Amino acid sequence: MTMHGMRGLSVFISDVRNCQNKDQERLRIDKELGNVRNRFKNEKGLTPYEKKKYVWKMLYIYMLGYDVDFGHMKAVSLISAPKYPEKQVGYIVTSCLLNENHDFLRLAINTVRNDIIGRNETFQCLALTMVGNIGGREFAESLAPDVQKLLLSSSCRPLVRKKAALCLLRLYRKNPDIVNVDGWADRMAQLLDERDLGVLTSSMSLLVALVSNNHEAYWSCLPKCVKILERLARNQDVPQEYTYYGIPSPWLQVKTMRVLQYFPTIEDPYTRRTLFEVLQRILMGTDVVKNVNKNNASHAVLFEALALVMHLDAEKEMMSQCVALLGKFIAVREPNIRYLGLENMTRMLMVTDVQEIIKRHQAQIITSLKDPDVSIRRRALDLLYGMCDVTNAKDIVEELLQYLSSADFTMREELSLKAAILAEKFAPDLSWYVDVILQLIDKAGDFISDDIWFRVVQFVTNNDDLQTYAAAKVKEYLDKPAVHETMVKVSAYILGEYSHLLARRPGCSPKEIFSLLHEKLPTVSTTTIPILLSAYAKILMHIHPPDQELQSQIWAIFNKYESCIDAEIQQRAVEYLALCQRGAPLMDILAEMPKFPERKSSLIKRAEYSEADTAEQSAIKLRSQQQTSNALVVTDQHPANGATSPISVGELSLVKVPSMITSENDTSTDLSQQNGALSNVDTQPPSADLLSDILGPLAIEGPPGATVQSEHNAISGLEGGSDAVDGSAIVPVEEQTNTVQPIGNVAERFHALCLKDSGVLYEDPYIQIGIKAEWRGHHGRLVLFLGNKNTAPVVSVQAIILTPAHLKMELSLVPDTIPPRAQVQCPLEVVNLRPSRDVAVLDFSYKFGTNMVNVKLRLPAVLNKFLQPIQVTAEEFFSQWRSLSGPPLKLQEVVRGVKPMPLPEMANLLNSFRIMICPGLDPNPNNLVASTTFYSESMRAILCLVRIETDPADRTQLRMTLASGDPTLTFELKEFIKEQLISIPTAPREAAPAPAAAQPTPQIPPNDPAAILAGLLS
Amino acid sequence: MKEMGIRFILMVNKQGQTRLAQYYEWLTLEERRALEGEIVRKCLARNEQQCSFVEHRNYKIVYRRYASLFFLVGVENDENELAILEFIHLLVETMDRHFGNVCELDIMFHLEKAHFMLEEMVMNGSIVETSKANILSPIQLMEKAS
Repeated sequence: MTMHGMRGLSVFISDVRNCQNKDQERLRIDKELGNVRNRFKNEKGLTPYEKKKYVWKMLYIYMLGYDVDFGHMKAVSLISAPKYPEKQVGYIVTSCLLNENHDFLRLAINTVRNDIIGRNETFQCLALTMVGNIGGREFAESLAPDVQKLLLSSSCRPLVRKKAALCLLRLYRKNPDIVNVDGWADRMAQLLDERDLGVLTSSMSLLVALVSNNHEAYWSCLPKCVKILERLARNQDVPQEYTYYGIPSPWLQVKTMRVLQYFPTIEDPYTRRTLFEVLQRILMGTDVVKNVNKNNASHAVLFEALALVMHLDAEKEMMSQCVALLGKFIAVREPNIRYLGLENMTRMLMVTDVQEIIKRHQAQIITSLKDPDVSIRRRALDLLYGMCDVTNAKDIVEELLQYLSSADFTMREELSLKAAILAEKFAPDLSWYVDVILQLIDKAGDFISDDIWFRVVQFVTNNDDLQTYAAAKVKEYLDKPAVHETMVKVSAYILGEYSHLLARRPGCSPKEIFSLLHEKLPTVSTTTIPILLSAYAKILMHIHPPDQELQSQIWAIFNKYESCIDAEIQQRAVEYLALCQRGAPLMDILAEMPKFPERKSSLIKRAEYSEADTAEQSAIKLRSQQQTSNALVVTDQHPANGATSPISVGELSLVKVPSMITSENDTSTDLSQQNGALSNVDTQPPSADLLSDILGPLAIEGPPGATVQSEHNAISGLEGGSDAVDGSAIVPVEEQTNTVQPIGNVAERFHALCLKDSGVLYEDPYIQIGIKAEWRGHHGRLVLFLGNKNTAPVVSVQAIILTPAHLKMELSLVPDTIPPRAQVQCPLEVVNLRPSRDVAVLDFSYKFGTNMVNVKLRLPAVLNKFLQPIQVTAEEFFSQWRSLSGPPLKLQEVVRGVKPMPLPEMANLLNSFRIMICPGLDPNPNNLVASTTFYSESMRAILCLVRIETDPADRTQLRMTLASGDPTLTFELKEFIKEQLISIPTAPREAAPAPAAAQPTPQIPPNDPAAILAGLLS
Repeated sequence: MKEMGIRFILMVNKQGQTRLAQYYEWLTLEERRALEGEIVRKCLARNEQQCSFVEHRNYKIVYRRYASLFFLVGVENDENELAILEFIHLLVETMDRHFGNVCELDIMFHLEKAHFMLEEMVMNGSIVETSKANILSPIQLMEKAS
């Protein structure tokens, strides 16, 4: 029929095919479009068959990429045709050409509904398919009950029901409330008893969506899924039509295991055992066979089983089995398996215990970085990035550097960003870090973003013993014949600041440095010239006695640029010239730049954001959110603080005001004053946002403009909130009224946030609370992101901060209502008064529908957030160590029951708490020495020294010595570290309220309600 | 959107001409043209020794070549790649069962049939049916009726 029946269509297709070039094709298509348009105008003469033919032509033309802006109505009108062939075309072409928002679609809604509730099975199928593909909200509202009825009807045949399942999935996505009805979960569970595998396949997709949104409601489906999986894996009662190369529907197996990955755990021991037997069979029983299709299908099942095992955090033995399998896969010939091996190993890194085993495969992974296939190289890069830590950073980063020169251009930017981040995160020493970044700039300058060189400048400025080294290094690079512009920028900055430290070395006189820089000037762009000018001014300032010849040379340059068309260059030239001619003030203003405030690397931030961009809600991702995601943190918080705008700072970024010179310890207030003062010299915006990152505003100075500080704000826990709220009375009563269960483990989330600064603090079916924090000295600024996940508002929102005595906390206004799908941000200012391990608690409640929810959440404003890592030299360390001679300033304790871990892991752990390991200070390789600074309002910065002596023969005990200038700090920090070493936060499952309360809660000051709460919550 | 699964299925010949395109998310014509151009360029340049997966923007292409015709399926990053790869083969086997020794021309000149089959196999990005008999029965019914 089709060949003859739609001859016109075939002729047209072959005409198009025979076109010699694009122009001919265009002509032929325009002709046809004209023809179709004409025929449609004169509707009366069209037979249903002709309509059908023309509508197919339209689809064909559209598929070739040509706009078809007419005739949509014709396609839609075919839906109402009485005969199957026309109706079918109408449905199919409509769902290809239109989207859910198209007005014409609304016109068809009644016909569609009649087809769905009618008696004609084939019509039902067509209508369900179209609604399933493009149905919008209106369809959801008017059709959902009918579609549900079809799905559950026992009189309906499978061919209709399988379509109803996926149609319902579409409608559910458009309006989740359509299945949020009592008893729906039970019906879903019933549906899983279905024997027809087609219906099961579709229903399983529906179930994935439902469970991913709210697994709590669907516990009853879990054992049934395990049963289905068992039936398939054992090939029991599977019709031949559903086995694929001897494997019982691999797609249904995969989908079923996907559903299981959305349940956090499996409690029932029988179900768990059954599932693990099945998984074990899959892991051990999947052999490599010759037939490609069979092999792929069985490995599809195997990889899904691996993902499920990882998710369930199975017994150690099974986990190492998985790593062993993956280790085998990454070395096979078959590229698909190699790719998937690497991909899954990266996913596996989320499971904490296997990192060490994965490291054994490092050599093979590095080989994969040189694979001929770019897809595989990308996976290898991701994996290396993920598995890097202090123990292997040097090896991995050097491999990345080596690979950089030969890498394809599409990968270079990512590669260099990753290398830069790793070098920064895990540098064993800072000079190595400088080496790596300079090599990066040298090898891949075009791919080095400004962030990267800004960061190296920050490090060099903040580390005195690095300055000479860096200056010498950049000079070496400048001596090379071809120098990338970014290298010129970083060199100019560093030589401007520190080349005087090299003055005695051969070839490093001010004059020589100047000409080395100046010969680059003709080759650079206008964004680099200002940096060069600043460097000249600084070089000039450092010459004693003044060198007249050099001076007139430089002045002449300033003179020349005084009339430069670029505003930034012009301004600098004018100002430097004026300053130089005054003599003395130059000294003050051009003095060495003050240290930068320590803050989170913008590179790392960038990497996190790009992760968040692509973060799709997968099972694995959900699991890893505790470690890496910023689910709710959507925007980078730039405080709207008028006093320190990045623009004004950018302009004069290389000079500083005189007031700074007397200030020895550069605290945040000093710096912000400095920035504030500078901004008064405001003139006009700069041409480029030069150095705005380096000198950008400190994220936490001052309250943001948006913060509403209402004295009468009854719900915000202002200072003294702990007095106003009798915390101890609330706990036991409220906790039992909660019927809403949190998603994910609250304790785990808290522990994760103690180590990182953004992530999810709490989530339940209605609400998600995200946190983003910035810490600086004894100040902290947290932003709570309260997100309403639903399509109805969340009301009666209350947030009260129970502040422990050692903190000052101020929460901005929390609105009473959060609109549907909205997110509100509530800044919370924190000031640390003195050392303490007590924890602040957020008492959060809201109402959704009839649910009154109240939760008490520990806030990650913990001791280690007020630490700043500091690298001390051996002399500094030992002189301080000796001067703090004994208790109470120096305390020693033998700690037993330590969680056994290799020394590098312990070093990582300390580093992650911002207690910086100082390698090489202790000659005994079994010992760790570390240092950090503790910031509080009462004491400012205090240096803390740590020494841990481990016993290689018995990893469960160690001796720890803590020293600092303050007895309370020494004690608190010692206890803090001890807590981390004894029980690494592997986050136990939330214990039932009763046993949790019964646990001993040591050392709670009797009068501090927040501490009592925190104790109860832990 | 969670677990969207399959975003689109394309059949493209060696010259880069689209022979069938089915999208499960709405893209404008310009977006489609751009996307097809980019991924076709990426995938067609690959050789037999390379793996069947290509990362593109924030999703993945799983592809397979049969003689002159490429089957390209766009999926979410966390989709099971091998399952999709074999789903492509299932589609080809199904067409083969219907046409007998299916080739590019069959798909080209029987665009509507190819669409019917696909409709029976995938809906809104999820797999509906994997039994070849069930997939083909509506088409056979229709042919008998006419």
